[in-house]
This record gives sequence, structure tokens and C-alpha cells, in this order.
Amino acid sequence: MEISTFFQQLANALSLGSLYALIAIGYTMVYGILRLINFAHGDVFMLGAYFAFYLATAIALPWGAAFIVALGLTALFGMGLERIAYRPLRDSPKISIMISAIGASFLIENLGVVIFGGRPKSFPSIPLFDTVIHFGSVSVLSVSLFIPVITAVILVIVLWIVNGTKTGLSMRAVSTDLDAARLMAIDVDKTISFTFGLGSLLAGLGGIMWTMKYPQLNPLMGFMPGLKCFIAAVIGGIGNIQGAVLGGFLLGMIEIMIVAFLPELTGYRDAFAFIFLIVILLAKPAGLLGKNQTVKV
Amino acid sequence: MIKTEGVSMRFGGLTAVSDLNITIEKNEIVGLIGPNGAGKTTAFNTITGVYKPSEGRIIFKGTDITGSKPHRITALGIARTFQNIRLWKDMNVLENVLVACHLRMNVGVFASTLHLPHYLKREKKSREFAMSLLDSVGLADQAQEPSTSLPYGKQRRLEIVRALATEPSLLLLDEPAAGMNPQESMELMEFIVKIRDQYDLTILLIEHHMQVVMGVCSRMYVLDYGVTIAHGTPQQIRNDPKVIEAYLGVD
Amino acid sequence: MKRNTFLTIGALAVFALFLTFADATLGRFTIRILNLSAIYIILALSLNLLNGFTGLFSLGHAGFMAVGAYVSALLTMTPAQKEMNFFLQPIVPFLRHVQLPFLVAIIIAGLCAALVAVIIGVPALRLRDDYLAIATLGFAEIIRVLITNAQSLTNGAQGLKGIPKYSTTWVVWGAATIAVLFMLALVRSSYGRTMKAVRDDEIAAEAMGVNVFKVKSTSFVISSFMAGIGGALLGHMISTIDPKMFTLVLTFNILLIVVLGGNGSITGSVIAAVLVTVLMEALRFLDMPMNFMFIKTDGLPGLRMVIFSILLMIVVLYRQRGLMGNKEFSWDMVFGLFGRKNSAQKGGHS
Repeated sequence: MEISTFFQQLANALSLGSLYALIAIGYTMVYGILRLINFAHGDVFMLGAYFAFYLATAIALPWGAAFIVALGLTALFGMGLERIAYRPLRDSPKISIMISAIGASFLIENLGVVIFGGRPKSFPSIPLFDTVIHFGSVSVLSVSLFIPVITAVILVIVLWIVNGTKTGLSMRAVSTDLDAARLMAIDVDKTISFTFGLGSLLAGLGGIMWTMKYPQLNPLMGFMPGLKCFIAAVIGGIGNIQGAVLGGFLLGMIEIMIVAFLPELTGYRDAFAFIFLIVILLAKPAGLLGKNQTVKV
Repeated sequence: MIKTEGVSMRFGGLTAVSDLNITIEKNEIVGLIGPNGAGKTTAFNTITGVYKPSEGRIIFKGTDITGSKPHRITALGIARTFQNIRLWKDMNVLENVLVACHLRMNVGVFASTLHLPHYLKREKKSREFAMSLLDSVGLADQAQEPSTSLPYGKQRRLEIVRALATEPSLLLLDEPAAGMNPQESMELMEFIVKIRDQYDLTILLIEHHMQVVMGVCSRMYVLDYGVTIAHGTPQQIRNDPKVIEAYLGVD
Repeated sequence: MKRNTFLTIGALAVFALFLTFADATLGRFTIRILNLSAIYIILALSLNLLNGFTGLFSLGHAGFMAVGAYVSALLTMTPAQKEMNFFLQPIVPFLRHVQLPFLVAIIIAGLCAALVAVIIGVPALRLRDDYLAIATLGFAEIIRVLITNAQSLTNGAQGLKGIPKYSTTWVVWGAATIAVLFMLALVRSSYGRTMKAVRDDEIAAEAMGVNVFKVKSTSFVISSFMAGIGGALLGHMISTIDPKMFTLVLTFNILLIVVLGGNGSITGSVIAAVLVTVLMEALRFLDMPMNFMFIKTDGLPGLRMVIFSILLMIVVLYRQRGLMGNKEFSWDMVFGLFGRKNSAQKGGHS
């Protein structure tokens, strides 16, 4: 293919990859601490976008304020979700909490359909993000330049929180051994709540960024991205934050580049993520940056 | 009957077991003792196939079983109990034993489901065998009770009897007297000698409390931090200064 | 025991009479719900075998159903129907003139689903529970994507119309009865016990000589076989299938039934299957009218699913054991309800 097309696709891949990376960080944090696949993560992502939408249109907040309030609301929602759907099942068999997660996901999606309406909505245009910028023959949306930067900043902040603060220490303690952490007088409930809040905030941020790039909202928009981002997190090594970012980028690259080189495979685009997942799970189940865990008998 | 040659087990940077060389002859009762965290259960786990040793070999009745899968090793004749009792909570006492009988029944899933005649015959035999095992420990009356309803001591016996149902030649018992008072421990030790004689077994026993096993084992190995620090008869072990030091402050 | 056998046979006979009566007198709509329940019984049992009895959390059920439905449809449609359907791209030559009797086709459909399970199972079953869930979900999606793109094999996104309506009352309820009897026999056998042991504590099971991997794969394959047959029966009932039918929503509905009825109870699955199928119809007034209940329209299918999601979560949060827990129906239970003197309130599972 032409060199300019290649660069165009590369740019697309990078921007998609950094979106995936952003959302995957939240997923991996929650899994790391609770060993729970939060199926509802993708739906929190959707809620972030919708909160921002309604704040910007129905309440007519300036977009900056709308975004910030939306993030706050999403974080609160995530913490509420944890409190209602997951905390009561913490001592139950694994299957129960997974079923609850699936139930929560379907509930949020369908409540979205009922409350927001199933027909897609368009986010009003924001010039800062909406402008098309040209680099020679490669054109990108201005938001695509922001996203990798935001992802990088978030990565630094999250790593600082996890490795450099007391809260982060609690998080790491709880994720290693919940009962031991409890014995060390760590408030496990609060730590988990915080993790969920932070993870959901990141998901919401991902949702807002996604909407800037693909301005159509619909209540089911979170399902596929949510799944793919979980896959990204697994690929990178679940529980490992840098791994999530790596996985997100890899996934974005694979998705775009395969279709770029082999356009006849466009219909199979969604399947790539799953195929990649299965390959990784077979070859290196702990993920690219993960560590193998042995079970104590 | 069984021999480990230079078996070591490493988890990342931690060496749980280092250069283990154990030999057990038929019908012996051998003890594996040492303070907590000495690597005794890990040693068990390498023998029973739960872990693949980082180094070394394990030879059972002339066959190299290093790294084989646990169910194959059980089929060859090694059975075990667990430090934290692992009974199946959703099944009753009899069913717990019957599952262990399945191994020797040799029936496929179709014969099983269709309740074919040869399956029914073997099922009947298994039930009789299981009931006789339960009878030998006084649990025959509780056959239909949920396994979790038994008192602790009886749960331990159930676990032992369940292991016996696989018709083993070598029985590995992981701290069978844990949580028992001295009286119960003595009864348990008598029970172990009895089953050794009755079922022609060879027994390897992990125990944390030395006194309990002194009377029953013909030989003992002492582990500390994965290293074998002593080996010999109970008499020799009792007087070994290294052993005393390892156990300093501990009963 | 003799009394119980007589009672069971008696109950079956009464049920058979009821079916004959229903078939002859009830309206088409009601019969359809009745028959749909039968198919959901089969599907619920197949998922219960996997989740409830063997402890494997798989989310790939819709994929196996799709395989079964498509195989059976393609093997039974007349060449003329196939020609009509495959207008975008002609069907692959070897399928063009194939037309097999229903029974043969449906068994092959089940076997194909089982074959897919073997392919998927070997890698997937080595994974831990949560990874297994995602991997099986992934496989179901891959299957769906493959079906959507294999234009000359499956007619792609257009789907298949005009599938012969072989799923009559007797066929589906006969199949459901066989499924129930099979499950009862399996669960009460020695093999069934090993499955439950694997579910409860697979490390202990492996130590007691149970080939855990073999038990898991057998369970997976049998479950998929049943799901394939269920999917095929579905196709022969509603006469139209397309890839959009076989999504996670479908798996979710079956999961709901299994959880409601009790993960690990055959009786529970049967009761819940009927309840949920009826409920799905009864609640349809909440949504816009549409033809089939698992195809989403642009209307408001949301509210019904909202109620079902809430239902699922209430059960899993407050009454985890579902309707029956893991107990089974027994005549003793019935008499116990009526306070007969010589019976204890015991579950009948062995």
C-alpha cells in the first residue's frame, strides 16, 4: 500500500490503541483487587458518555464543566455498583459474583435503552476536539492527538497513586491477600470502594473520549469496547497496569493494521480481539507482563 | 517401595524443598516432620503430582512418576489426605467415599448413564466396599449424613477412609492429628497401625508434633526450611542436637 | 421405591394426556409458548450440566446453539428453498442438493456442536473460571462472526428462511423428556458423582483418581451436544434463523433460567424454564410488538430485559440457591407438603 495510507492507518491505530489502553487500566485495577471480571465496566464507560451528553445538552453546561461533573457522577456510580452488586457476594462462590456482574451489565444496558432511548444520539460538536488536522496527506481528528497524551498522563498518575501513596499501598495489599490486609487494620471496604471509584472514573473518561472520536452514542456502545478492553488487560497481564496499556495499544494496532493490509477481513474485525485473547491464554496465560501464580494446596 | 532422588522444588526465588532423598520400604510407617513451613506438604505435593519438581526424580515401585498427573499417580497406587480437610461439602459421607471408588470401577460415561448391567454390578460392589470402609471407622450409621455435619475428628477419619477407597499401596497422611487432643491422637495412631496391617499399606506421615509420631514410625526424616537436617529412628532423632535446635521453643 | 415408580409413571401418563388435549384444543399462540418452554428446558438442562453440576462457568452457549441450528437447517431445507435464500451468493455445491430426514439431521447438528466443543474445549478448559467465561464468550462471538461472513455456507447476515417446521408438540416434548431422563440418569450415576466432586473441589477429586480434565471435557461436549439439538429444534420451530439471534442475550436468558431454578437442580431448571418462557411472553406487552422474542427491534425491548436482569440479581444476591437449590423433586416432598405422617422432608438426590 502507499506510504501515506500506511501512516494514516498507523495514526488511526495509535489513537484507537490509546483509547483501549485508557479503558483497560480501569478494568485491570478492579480485577487486580477483587479478582472480578467487571462485565459492567463497559457499561460504566457508556454512562460516562451519556452523563456528559445530558450535562452538555439538557443542562447546557460548558463542555469542560460537563466533563468534570460527568466523571464525578460516573465514579460515584461505580462505587454504588460495587456496594450493591458485588460487596454482598464477596464471600460467596466465584460464580455468584460473576453472574451478578453479568446481570448488572444487562441491567445497566437495558435501563439505558429505556431511559435514554435506543436510537443513537449525536454529541454536539466541540471545536477543540472536532477539527481535522493535516500532516501532509495524513489527516487526524484533533481529539486523536489528545487521547494518547491523556492516556500517558493518566498512566503516570495512576502509577503514582498505586506505588507512591498510602491508599495505593492498601490497594496492593488487598489485591495480594484480602484477609491478611484486613488483619493489618486496612479498611478493605474503603480501599475496594476507592478502586472501583477510580476505575469507573477512568472508564467514564474513556467513554467521553470515545464519544469525541466517534460522536454517536447508544446504550449498547459499551459492550464491545468493554469486552475488547478486558481482553487488552488480559493480554497485557491482568492486574498489571502497564500491561493494560501495552495490551490496549497492541489490540488497537492489530485491529486496524490487519484490516488495513487485508481489507477482505473487515467483517472479521471484532473476532481478532478474541482470537488474540485465546492465543495469549494458551501461550502465556499470565499475559505478556504478568506473573504466573501457583495455587497453594 | 518409593524413592525420591534429589528432589527440589522452587517457586520463583523461594526454595521450598531442597535435595530431598527419601526411601521407604514396603509396609514401613515413615514420618516426615519439621517446624511449620519446613516444606513437608510441598514434598507431598511433588510426590503426588500436584507440583512438578524443579529437580530430581521420584521412583515408585520401579516406575518414574516425576511430574505425572495426580490422577495417574493415584491410579498407580498412591493416595493422600490433606492438611486442611478437603471433603466434598455438597455430598454425604457415603458419596465422598464412592467418588474415590470410581477410579477402580472402570466404567465409561455411557455405561454409567445408561445404568448398564455391568455398571450396576460394579456400583453395587463399590457401595459394599465403601460401607465396609465406613464401618471400620464407625461411620456406617452416618452414611447418609452431609459430610460437613461430622465432628472434626470423624471428618479426618472420613478423609483417610476415602483415600483407602482408591485401594492404594502407599498412603500419604498430611498432619492427620492436627487439632486433636493427646488422647485422640493416640487413638488415631493406633488406627493408622491397624489399617497398615489390615490393608497391607506403606505409610508416609507428616506430623508437626514429634511426640505423637514417635511411637508409630519406624524411621523419620526431619525437614527445616526445605533441607533434610536429620534422618533415622525415633530414638536417634530425639537426641539429635540439630533437631532440638530446629524445634527450640516448640513442642 | 415401588410406590414412587408407579407415581412417576402415572404422572408421565397424565402429562401425555395433557399434551394431547392441549395440542388439539389450545390456540396456536399458547401452544407455541408451551413448546418453546420445552426447548428452553433442554437448553437450561444443558447449561446446568456445565455450570451447576460440573462447576464450569461457560458463556458460549449461544455459539453451540447457532451451530446446531444452522447445520440442521441446511441439512433439511429443500434445494428450492436453498436457492431462494442464497440469492446474494449461491450455496456451496455439496450442500445444494442435500436433504436429510429430520431425525438424522438433528443428530448430526448435535454432533457438529459437540465437535466444536471438542475443538474449543481442549484449550479453554485449562483456564481458570473467570478466564473460561471470557474465552467461551469469545468463542461464541467468533462463531457468530464466522457465520455472518461465510456467505456461501450460511447465507451470512441474511439468515435462512423457510426452515421446515418439524418441531411439533410431540417432538419437542419428547426431546425434553429424553433430556430430563438422561440428566437424571447421568447425575445419579458414578460419573455424575465425579462431576460434582470436580465442582466442589477439583484438587481433592484429582487426588482421588478422578481425571478432572476428562470429566470437564465430557461435560462440555455433552452440554454442547444438547445445546446444538436445542438450537436446531428452535430453528425448526420459528422457521427463520440469522446470526443476530445467537448473541450473549440468548445465553443470558438461559443463564437466568438456570440461576432461578437452582444451579444444580434438574427440577429447578424444568420449572424455571416454563416460568421464564411464560413470563417472557406475558411481559411482552411492555415492549413494542414484534415477531420473535430474541430478536431486538428498535422499539423498547429494554424494559422486559430490565425486569429479567433485576430478577437475576435479586436471586443471586438474596437467594443464591434459586428455587430448588440443588435438591430434586421427590414424591416424599409432595407428601411432606401435605403433611402425611409417614414421610420425611428429604431432598431426593443421591
